[in-house]
Amino acid sequence: MTDTIERSDTAGNDRVLDHLVVRFAGDSGDGMQLTGDRFTSVSASFGNDLSTLPDFPAEIRAPAGTVNGVSAFQVNIADHEITTPGDEPNVLVAMNPAALKADLHRLEVGGTVIVNEDSFDARDLSKAGYVDSSDEPVNPLEDGTLNGYRVLKVPMTSLTKEVCEPLGVKPRDAERSKNFFALGLVSWMYTRPTEPTEEWIGQKFAKNEQVAAANTAAFRAGFNFGETTEAVGHRYEVRPATLPAGTYTSITGNQALSWGLVAAGQLAKLPITLGSYPITPASDILHELSKHKHFGIRTVQAEDEIAAVGVALGASFAGHLGITTTSGPGVALKSETISLAVAIELPLLIIDIQRGGPSTGLPTKTEASDLNIALYGRHGESPLPVVASKSPADCFHAAIEAARIALKYRTPVILLSDGYLANGSEPWKLPDVDSLPDISVPFATGTNHVDDDGNEEFWPYLRDPETLARPWAIPGTPGLMHRVGGLEKADGTGNIDYTPQNHERMTELREAKVAAVTADIPPTEVEGDVDADVLVLGWGSTWAAIDAAVQRRRRVGVKVAKAHIAHLSPLPPDLGDLLRRYRKVIVPELNRGQLAHLLRGTYLIDIISVSKIQGLPFKSREIEAAIDAAIESLGADSEGGAS
Amino acid sequence: MSTAQVAVTTKKDWTSDQEVRWCPGCGDYGILLAVQQLMPELGVAPENTVFVSGIGCSSRFPYYMNTYGMHSIHGRAPAIATGIATARPDLDVWVITGDGDGLSIGGNHLIHALRRNVNINILLFNNRIYGLTKGQYSPTSEVGKVTKSTPVGSVDAPFNPLSVALGAEASFVARTHDLDRKHMQETFRAAHAHNGASFVEIYQNCNVFNDGQFSDITKKTNRENMMIDLVHGEPILFGPDRERGVMQGTDGFLHIVEVADVGLDQILIHDEKNDRPSLAFALARLNDDDHSPTPFGVFRNIQRSEYAQAVSDQVVAASERRGPGDLGELLASNGTWTVG
Ligand code: SF4
Repeated sequence: MTDTIERSDTAGNDRVLDHLVVRFAGDSGDGMQLTGDRFTSVSASFGNDLSTLPDFPAEIRAPAGTVNGVSAFQVNIADHEITTPGDEPNVLVAMNPAALKADLHRLEVGGTVIVNEDSFDARDLSKAGYVDSSDEPVNPLEDGTLNGYRVLKVPMTSLTKEVCEPLGVKPRDAERSKNFFALGLVSWMYTRPTEPTEEWIGQKFAKNEQVAAANTAAFRAGFNFGETTEAVGHRYEVRPATLPAGTYTSITGNQALSWGLVAAGQLAKLPITLGSYPITPASDILHELSKHKHFGIRTVQAEDEIAAVGVALGASFAGHLGITTTSGPGVALKSETISLAVAIELPLLIIDIQRGGPSTGLPTKTEASDLNIALYGRHGESPLPVVASKSPADCFHAAIEAARIALKYRTPVILLSDGYLANGSEPWKLPDVDSLPDISVPFATGTNHVDDDGNEEFWPYLRDPETLARPWAIPGTPGLMHRVGGLEKADGTGNIDYTPQNHERMTELREAKVAAVTADIPPTEVEGDVDADVLVLGWGSTWAAIDAAVQRRRRVGVKVAKAHIAHLSPLPPDLGDLLRRYRKVIVPELNRGQLAHLLRGTYLIDIISVSKIQGLPFKSREIEAAIDAAIESLGADSEGGAS
Repeated sequence: MSTAQVAVTTKKDWTSDQEVRWCPGCGDYGILLAVQQLMPELGVAPENTVFVSGIGCSSRFPYYMNTYGMHSIHGRAPAIATGIATARPDLDVWVITGDGDGLSIGGNHLIHALRRNVNINILLFNNRIYGLTKGQYSPTSEVGKVTKSTPVGSVDAPFNPLSVALGAEASFVARTHDLDRKHMQETFRAAHAHNGASFVEIYQNCNVFNDGQFSDITKKTNRENMMIDLVHGEPILFGPDRERGVMQGTDGFLHIVEVADVGLDQILIHDEKNDRPSLAFALARLNDDDHSPTPFGVFRNIQRSEYAQAVSDQVVAASERRGPGDLGELLASNGTWTVG
């Protein structure tokens, strides 16, 4: 394990690792997500810090046994705080040749490969594309492909069938339990407790005793295989991390975001109406919120993306917290309605779980390329606040923050998450519910203006002088009947007004209202060396890789600092000054430099844009390389003398 | 929509201070007047009423009503109204749309609002033309229509709005026209009383870009011969002496017949409550142009589960079963562990 520190304080025969990255890979039907989830849960409750990366096949029904059908789950467990699922797995569990083919290149040099030997027959080898020039199957277990790796060939299918036979399980059914064999084996090798998994199997498959028995038997067989088979070698241990004291749970980004929305409704004292149309990778939020109706949450699965945001905006008009959840293509469709929300100045939350684009692009893969559409993707001058979450657990707080801004300033807000955060998980120290902010805002209840004749009247566009928010008068309130619409209106009265000066004034007011949000943005935190010349500035899910990269460079004495922004519009008020303090600013993004462009344009500062657009999160090593290159260029700059 | 303790209102209470800006002579004026006059009779309060529209001449309507209102974007009013009604089943929600807004750009939202049976009243002003954009043919224009965008005549077949609504499982479907205030009001009253999505097609004259489209039917002197009044439970008869009627032939189709030829007992009895929409559909297709006898009134009026209430009921049931939501409980629901 080249990248893993072997702690020398061995306990008994077990060797201690500071962290371990395992990747479970197999066919979509092999239950790899479940296996990875179990390994994660056990490690979480054991007290490790961890981070996960589920990697779903792009095609839901890719032919079995093919590389396109490979589903994988990578988890990093550690005895210290970590933020990423690890650059390179230390261990690859490959349930079939296709999994080996798809993922071997990810494994660290010298890493451990555990294969299900039974699957390496001519048929599966051909399906995976392990063939020679005359289309004859070639077995990578025998041809030297795996030289330089530690290889454990385990006949998982047949061993599983063997232990299931006495239970009366048919061989075909028994085969389905082989993922539990793999889990058992890995659990032994890395000293994971077994009771929680056995308990979990009992509960999960309570309705089908035979399946429960088969899975338990397979799990135990895998565990015992590790204990009794010499070739498996030593056991390793990853000790619990010393995380800050508190109560923890393990959570994915989409679940945290859903709970953040539930919390936002509670903190705003408002019922929620979610309008949504199924889309990967956002659908889980619709599913999750649909489960929590007792929080006063209504979910409408709309006929299309446009209707979904229409439902949400209608609900906001009626006095609910209106929310719509989607991914990039859906944001494009909602664009016109979001502009309407800008014009009628009502709270509205648009959640974009970004994925690879353009068009259908890479629906199951991550990307952060919707920053531009979030900032600019509307007709006319339609500014709105944009907030981004940085980690799975942070999605909870980001959802509350987005809702807070929407309500306080009566504006649509776009919250950006991405596929990596959505499906990735990490331990989350639960917040004290009582410490969460009150984000409620009052509805208008009475008239707010007196006309020239002394009559009291209601002006729907009479603004709060500080926030510039207009009153939110909801149907059912006597005396405050009013009409809103997409046509330009006069400030104050809200009556249709096409006069040139008025349109300019309203445009500026809408812009000033969004700018007013800066008043609530806390100072940007900088971590790392105070005297660094190089700053790495991030947004969104790059946080994890940046954090790991900066820590690792600093461990070897490189001076570097980092900052991360959650508010993309408006930008933090201190950001320009902050960036000017460094000689080099690196902005890593899973897009072609969208924030970098914005920063250059806004502050006239040169930015080193580091772009990755492969449907995958950054490896910390890629960011480390950018840091090194920036530092090297500093030397070159000074050698060249001042110019 | 409780009718209890609603203060008595007059037309004035329902009229906003905004200047009405349709072309002089537009059929929309008559519809607005009919609605403003009717509202005080419905036992609802202006503050509990919401008018939502899309884009088009008709969609200016909400500005003239002294209620809550939203002049939204092209075609999306049914979706926005669905959000309002779902969030607040206590409100009285009306959608004002036109043939372009409702059947072209917003067709998808219209059919799904009807399918869901959201408790909204949809008034579709059908003038078979785009008025606001100054005269292009619409999805209800007859084939061969010569307009600015079809100088040698349109080639695509039109929708029959009532067929679309019935095909979309609408539970209330009716037709009226802009020249008969009383008929409009009776139709709107029935639409309002219906619990669920109500769809009313209004033949509306655009005197600027499509003048006289419906005159052969709706002009006073033509009405007796050309308008077939549908009355629930009554034989479907028309003509100055009610000498003509609608009969279902042995071929299964509907035919216009002379009562004297077939006998009154052969005339179809109108049944708006029939669960099966086939006869309503056949009635909706009785005329295939604007120059032949055309049925007016309520085609279909049945009860089925209303969407907003059903959604609300699930929320109430969940709260009763699980108690009010507890955030702390939710956050711990994945299982927790303690450090330190
Ligand atoms: S263009 Fe036609 S429909 Fe529009 S306001 Fe004028 S007359 Fe009425």
